Amino acid sequence: MWEYTDKVQEHFTNPKNVGEIKNASGTGNVGSIACGDALRLTIQVDENDIITDAKFKTFGCASAIASSSMLTEMLKGMKLEDAKNLTNDDIAQALGGLPKEKMHCSVMGREALEAAIADYTGVMLPMAQGEVVCECFGVTDLEIIRAIKENSLASVEEITNFTKAGGGCGKCEGRLAALLVESTDKQSSPATAQKKKKRMTALEKIKKIEEVIEREIKPTLKKDDGDIQLIDVDGDFVTVSLRGTCAGCYSSQTTLKEYVEKKLREQVLDTLIVEEDK
Amino acid sequence: MAFSLDTVIYMDNNATTRIAPEVLDAMMPYLSDYYGNPSSMHTFGGQVGEAVTQARQSVADLLGADPGEIVFTSCGTESDSTAIFSALRTYPEKNHVVTTRVEHPAVKNLCDNLETLTGRKYHISRLPVAEDGTLDIERYKECLTDETAIVSVMWANNETGVLFPVEEMAKIAKERGILFHTDAVQAVGKIPINLKDSTIDMLSLSGHKLHAPKGIGVLYVRKGTPFVPFLNGGHQEKGRRGGTENVASIIGLGKACELAAAMMDEENTRVRALRDKLEKGLLSSVPKAILNGHPEKRLPNTANISFEYVEGEAILLMMNQHNICASSGSACTSGSLEPSHVLRAMGVPFTAAHGSIRFSLSVYNTEEEVDFILEKMPPIIARLRELSPFWEED
Repeated sequence: MWEYTDKVQEHFTNPKNVGEIKNASGTGNVGSIACGDALRLTIQVDENDIITDAKFKTFGCASAIASSSMLTEMLKGMKLEDAKNLTNDDIAQALGGLPKEKMHCSVMGREALEAAIADYTGVMLPMAQGEVVCECFGVTDLEIIRAIKENSLASVEEITNFTKAGGGCGKCEGRLAALLVESTDKQSSPATAQKKKKRMTALEKIKKIEEVIEREIKPTLKKDDGDIQLIDVDGDFVTVSLRGTCAGCYSSQTTLKEYVEKKLREQVLDTLIVEEDK
Repeated sequence: MAFSLDTVIYMDNNATTRIAPEVLDAMMPYLSDYYGNPSSMHTFGGQVGEAVTQARQSVADLLGADPGEIVFTSCGTESDSTAIFSALRTYPEKNHVVTTRVEHPAVKNLCDNLETLTGRKYHISRLPVAEDGTLDIERYKECLTDETAIVSVMWANNETGVLFPVEEMAKIAKERGILFHTDAVQAVGKIPINLKDSTIDMLSLSGHKLHAPKGIGVLYVRKGTPFVPFLNGGHQEKGRRGGTENVASIIGLGKACELAAAMMDEENTRVRALRDKLEKGLLSSVPKAILNGHPEKRLPNTANISFEYVEGEAILLMMNQHNICASSGSACTSGSLEPSHVLRAMGVPFTAAHGSIRFSLSVYNTEEEVDFILEKMPPIIARLRELSPFWEED
């Protein structure tokens, strides 16, 4: 069970400013139902660039709801310029702190605010232009680098706590560790990080696996009157079915592991595990 | 906020159960006066050994087993590890393990990490489940090979309560000469089990799921099953598990098994009726509420319901304000940022997986408690949906 402060409990039990402003000056939508939390923030800005009203709708846990509620309370009456400088830490502090695993809830509040301001000013968000590092939660390198710098993050676990990156399949952990080193090294900048080789997306991976099977593996198996078909790719697990003489062959396991898996590891990703669908 | 036993409505019995008062009474003398070691030669220790023998008999009776087939362990996880490692060490030439995608982490994570743990590569077949959480027997049959060292399939799923046809599956494994293990931690005490009529080779159970204390488990090992111990040491448990017996807990488990046998009918009639009332009530009074798991092929005590467009941890905390205890398969409660692997394997959409709540009852629950939950849940869900950006009133 999480240890929530009284403030968090209070804003969860009796959240303030729930709803949507009709004809809002700016709307920020962040997160998704797949991620497990999402926030729609609407703000009303007057002619003097003061936020006169803010409302939220949040799908998520207690700390996500409390962070959203607190954010809207802080925003009301705030100058737009000041709002631009609001950080996730400001939200967390106002709540008397959040459990470290829940810091991403405050980050979500800040991102929604930025999105709402960008919607109002028409200036595109720089963070969204980064390269996606965590596919599970769609977190970009720029978002991660900023979280590292602003919150002095020192481990991959902390990055996950603040941005959720790495909290799904965990395959981006290596990349996160690299970003950590790059960001804490004063010499480097986000620009150099971007030059690094792009990570394969799930789609690219499947395509590549298909390609290798079609181009190399199938022809080889066919020489022995065998055949192979790709059934499914789930993370690192590649399910294939062996056909023809391969199917009943006593050495099919050897074929699978020694040949198919080896080939795919060499040419696609060295963590792949090939399994047979029988 | 401290909860006392009088005010709490405990519907989280698949997580752990209350120690039955009769169990505690049976244990107490062995935590005070009778502290002897069952292995000692003197009567002072020997009388403790007799009590352990009696408890072993009670456990065996509940399972329809022979007392010699009961090995006491420290928990369900130890039993699972012992069973699987024993099979792998018995058949070092075999490199294939069959399990399912919905196992408890005690088996799932063990299988996922076998290569690291053993230094050997294993081929793991993880059987998929249908939308209602059930297994496809044909697919299972096709999966078995001459390389298969062990099949490990849970009897009842901890999250949905869905039952797997493990007796039938064990029979099929037997015909192929393959060892069959079942993690029956959620099944024992809730449904009748008679191992004499089955060919299951090994079965795990955990004391604290059936009103015995935490820290005591059992691995049933059928007579004649090849066995390699997990913990080596003294001659306890006939050399199958070294370590001085956790005497008081063993006595407690024995008593708990006697009680479970006596209350088996009640569990499958009164408790089932309470569960059904709760489930039907919630499904009819809350819009967009979905039952997870097969409606019939299920434990009598478990109801797993998804409330679409709201998040499980928030629901649980609101329930908590009314002293209602349950659990959720949402990401925020799983500690992994992703929702339950069981619900995902069943293909439950994200809109529903994050908002799943598991109610698991026991013989200590009452109709008043069910009525109280039925009164409190609809406004909780309605309130959270008001907050949700995905909820649109039809």
